[in-house]
Amino acid sequence: MSTATQTVEDLAKQEYKYGFVTDVETETIPVGLSEDVVRLISSKKEEPEWLLESRLTAFRIWSKMTEPEWHNVHYKPIDYQAISYYAAPKKQVKLDSLDDVDPEVRATFDKLGISLDEQKRLSGVAVDAVFDSVSVATTFKDTLANLGIIFCSFSEAVREHPELVRQYLGSVVPHSDNFFAALNAAVFSDGSFAYIPKGVKCPMELSTYFRINAANTGQFERTLLVADEGAEVSYLEGCTAPQRDENQLHAAVVELVALDNATIKYSTVQNWYPGDENGKGGIYNFVTKRGKAFANAKVTWTQVETGSAITWKYPSCILQGDNSVGEFYSVAVTNNCQQADTGTKMIHLGKNTRSTIISKGISAGKGQNTYRGLVRIGKGARGARNFSQCDSLLIGDRCGAHTFPYLEVKNTSSQVEHEASTSKIGEDQIFYCRQRGLSTEDAVNLIVNGFCKEVFRELPMEFAVEAQKLLGISLEGSVG
Amino acid sequence: MLEIRDLHAAAGDRQILNGINLTVNAGEVHAIMGPNGSGKSTLAGVLAGRDGLEVTAGTVTYKGLDLLDLEPEERAREGVFLAFQYPVEIPGVNNAYLLKAGLNEVRKHRGEPELDAMDFMTLIRARMKLLEMDDTLLSRPVNEGFSGGEKKRNEIFQMAVLEPTLAILDETDSGLDIDALKTVAGGVNALRDPARSLVVVTHYQRLLNYIVPDFVHVLSGGRIVKSGGKELALELEEKGYGWTETEPAAASA
Ligand SMILES: Nc1ncnc2c1ncn2[C@@H]1O[C@H](COP(=O)(O)OP(=O)(O)OP(=O)(O)O)[C@@H](O)[C@H]1O
Ligand SMILES: [Mg+2]
Repeated sequence: MSTATQTVEDLAKQEYKYGFVTDVETETIPVGLSEDVVRLISSKKEEPEWLLESRLTAFRIWSKMTEPEWHNVHYKPIDYQAISYYAAPKKQVKLDSLDDVDPEVRATFDKLGISLDEQKRLSGVAVDAVFDSVSVATTFKDTLANLGIIFCSFSEAVREHPELVRQYLGSVVPHSDNFFAALNAAVFSDGSFAYIPKGVKCPMELSTYFRINAANTGQFERTLLVADEGAEVSYLEGCTAPQRDENQLHAAVVELVALDNATIKYSTVQNWYPGDENGKGGIYNFVTKRGKAFANAKVTWTQVETGSAITWKYPSCILQGDNSVGEFYSVAVTNNCQQADTGTKMIHLGKNTRSTIISKGISAGKGQNTYRGLVRIGKGARGARNFSQCDSLLIGDRCGAHTFPYLEVKNTSSQVEHEASTSKIGEDQIFYCRQRGLSTEDAVNLIVNGFCKEVFRELPMEFAVEAQKLLGISLEGSVG
Repeated sequence: MLEIRDLHAAAGDRQILNGINLTVNAGEVHAIMGPNGSGKSTLAGVLAGRDGLEVTAGTVTYKGLDLLDLEPEERAREGVFLAFQYPVEIPGVNNAYLLKAGLNEVRKHRGEPELDAMDFMTLIRARMKLLEMDDTLLSRPVNEGFSGGEKKRNEIFQMAVLEPTLAILDETDSGLDIDALKTVAGGVNALRDPARSLVVVTHYQRLLNYIVPDFVHVLSGGRIVKSGGKELALELEEKGYGWTETEPAAASA
């Protein structure tokens, strides 16, 4: 094996830093899924009748569905009756203030670099911390409340703002959307909720940090974000999980609603445990994310997917209103035995709607990386435009890259452009850099970082740094 | 500065260099000429440490160090610079950024402080002027879409910034138009220094009118078959390479 490939594989082998387990008393319900379990979850959460009904409807839909098989990822069948659908740290009675958070849980987030202590947070980022299935703390709530911004756990939103939740829950991702979304709608435990009122520009980044801790549980969060007319918000999502030999299922749903003239920017750095180098363990990440943009609104998805054994994820935009804009910027890395099937759907319904897709897939080791994207331009979407660019970078010769672009154009006045490329980090490129004084590792980082640049620059600063660190990359300087 | 003794090298099964002897002292300029496929780039590659070239016999001493024992980047940091015959394109990587990273590695190695973006810009402005480099080349990805001449100019620009002690220029003149050749040669001459040695690989005497060599060597069949002063290049231009092979190889300088 060449030295360049060797170094990348070494980088790829770097140990997963977030693999520790927190020793905290957890309440876990027995494994298995039935209507009774759905009722149990709902009652534990003291939910209103309408929500229980909604869950039961979803459960009945799910029971009749079969798991999708069209994707380009391979795994042993998941036994849905062997998973526990609810786990929560026991001490979580009712949190009146951040000080009530279990010290062990608090320490966990400290260790992950997410301080729940408002004073300690340097930058203006409000965090909703989700530990196993429950939201354990939300910072900066009061500051935000002064502007009329609601940012809280999903459960709290159900209690305090049922009308909003009821109006928008399932409005972007209906229960029947797909197998994993239906499952989530039946058993979701918690997640984050945000509402930005009319004309308000959210003064700080909102962020959810998901942490899976308990073993043998599935994690099913639900995130709902509503930006009212003319509102603006930038939202960050981070995730890690302990290192375990068993696979764990994560099936989340995120719904974004951008009303007229609103802007939502949703960024993810996904670093779930990817499994070991032989493919043992790791998170199965089956996630449905979708945003609906009304007139002149804009929804931007930026994702850096480095973790999980399997990533199945297509953050999408329904461009409902005229002149609305959808964007998708993605870096997906697969190392060792990781598999990713990810991409987006841009559904153009309104006139003069525009969408941009920039997808960067990096495969190393035996990693398999698939881009799957749909651009659909409806009859009424006169003057719609899409630009897609899908680039793959291969490192070594045991990995794979696959691209499946789907295009459905029902309108002749629209314009669609698609570019794709596949490249390999060449020995001669590495040698050129080394001849100028760089180590092989720095050379690879430089090239990988250069490859991802268009996506990284879409990330909020704090995340961009984390993303680069994740790829083992030193920051590309300010020159030029 | 550089002492090559009985150097043999192969690429895979193919033996390419068959006993090269060459001594380059500080401040000297050596031109290496020779027919296509005679091993000039291979020699440059061996000196720079290119992967896939195996040294089967011989030694190379550089500044008292066993050059062949060093990794390519260690050689670069010790002041060995190769201007590539075919500069590589690196999409996505900013030209100036690569150069800054390289320069700072060299400076670190020399125990000098790293340059920040401001100081670096100041430094390269002067060098860009020297080589009449177009500003836009600086912020573009390394060599990507550069014209042939722009690539060559960029190589010498990098050399001017990195200030090597041993620079090997592999056919830097090919691809340059007449004016560019003058500019680039002027840049190289401005870098001539009693402490800096140059090995210039070329096919054309023309370059040597601008960069006047102290010695000219003819490489053929992986061996230096003839050495002489700058007038040898003129002779070669006139007679071609055919006659050199029949004469015994002169001892190199
Ligand atoms: N990796 C390799 N595998 C096989 N043969 C090689 C390899 N590298 C070089 N060669 C051969 O070795 C010989 C010398 O090549 P080299 O590039 O050193 O020639 P050169 O003198 O620089 O020629 P030119 O003047 O055309 O640039 C050529 O015949 C070339 O095909
Ligand atoms: Mg050559």
